Amino acid sequence: MDLRVIGDNFGFLIVQGFIGVGAFAGGTLRLAIPAILLGFILGTLIGLARLARSRWIHVPAAVYVEFFRGVPLVMVIFWFWFMIPTIVGKSLPEYSVALTAFVIFEAAYLAEIVRSGIQSVARGQGEAAIATGLTRNQTMRLVILPQALRNMIPALVTQFIVLLKDTSLASIIGYVDLTKAAQIVNNREIRPFELYLFIAVVYWVSSYGMSQLARHCERRMNPSIP
Amino acid sequence: MTYRFTWNILWSGQTAGWLLQGVITTLEISAIAWLLALALGLLSGALRTAPALPLRWIGAAYVEFFRNVPLLVWMFFWYFAVPPLLPQVLQDWLLEHGAEFWAGVVALGVYHGARFSEVIRSGIQAIPKTQFEAALSTGLTMVQTYRLIIIPVALRLIVPPATNETLNLLKNSSVALTIGVAELTFQTRQIETYTAKAFEALAAGTMIYLVLCLTIALLMSQIERRTAIPGMIARGTGES
Repeated sequence: MDLRVIGDNFGFLIVQGFIGVGAFAGGTLRLAIPAILLGFILGTLIGLARLARSRWIHVPAAVYVEFFRGVPLVMVIFWFWFMIPTIVGKSLPEYSVALTAFVIFEAAYLAEIVRSGIQSVARGQGEAAIATGLTRNQTMRLVILPQALRNMIPALVTQFIVLLKDTSLASIIGYVDLTKAAQIVNNREIRPFELYLFIAVVYWVSSYGMSQLARHCERRMNPSIP
Repeated sequence: MTYRFTWNILWSGQTAGWLLQGVITTLEISAIAWLLALALGLLSGALRTAPALPLRWIGAAYVEFFRNVPLLVWMFFWYFAVPPLLPQVLQDWLLEHGAEFWAGVVALGVYHGARFSEVIRSGIQAIPKTQFEAALSTGLTMVQTYRLIIIPVALRLIVPPATNETLNLLKNSSVALTIGVAELTFQTRQIETYTAKAFEALAAGTMIYLVLCLTIALLMSQIERRTAIPGMIARGTGES
């Protein structure tokens, strides 16, 4: 065990690999945060589409969700990695490919969470809102979604943590995130035990920190939870 | 965009053989890792409901540590970092028997064991407390109560979320390609490399995964129907 390798490369691993500030176009957080935001927006739209009354909207949404939930993320990343150049005509940087793949893949999982969150709101709420004269859109936006969001928080946070961990797979196509940064350092220093254990701890602290933060927020929003 | 589809590359020459080998390796690594995950999940899931506080801590530490780190990191850890620390005899054995395969099995098994543990814990907690008390009062020891009463009932309760986890394990076995296990995604990439037909290769791999997932889901729903205890089903704990 020789922890000097961590100290010597701390800047590269954390500032470049984890946060994403530096000469390379990389960074775990720089990929994870936009992926979470965009994935949540797309996921909400697809989740709502699954609840639409028209068959032409809810069937494609269901197919989308079931398709992406049945395929490994690695496969989806390769799809975008190989097919975007064919479709667009030129190759895109790893960052764009990875971001697109994560947003589209995670949206399928987030859509399910949004759908079950909306379905968990008592039926009477929607009916009462309609009865007061709100339109269907207003009911959704002002009455259902705010309550649904609160019910969804635990599952959403779990999924965001999954996404944060999943971004490590972007290293497969050469994106310099924390995992790739550790690989790069390891190729030079040959200290796998220290390096991989160190990044495991970094991932652990951020994932566990996120879950604790969510618990704290949940308790503040809903004092009845012990 | 002009892309010429040549689907027959999938069943001509070596490629069909590669795909078949990929499917076999994916199923092998998933099956062995599944058994390991189930064993670890049962043990730690039971520990987390144990009456003694230190036992609960051990279970919780295992789950929280392994669940919160990406599987890819565990793959690298078990493949690159652990083998040099093993005794020489074991290192030699690994070298001859596919070190990457066994590293992949351990990485998948230990990671998913932590996730199975949560499913099993929720199953155990869904069993009324009176069952424990009744079992203990008949003279069974704590270990016997778990082995003969609690675990068998919990296993029957958790089939739906366990199905989800099983499918996750199967899909996550694709991560093993990073350490060189020649499973399905690896072979798909190999076909792409040799034939430069990305679309066909990826479509074939994707279809196979979908079919595998569907088959397992159907199989598990049969098991669910056979083993379900009327009026008792623990649902909604299997988010990935």
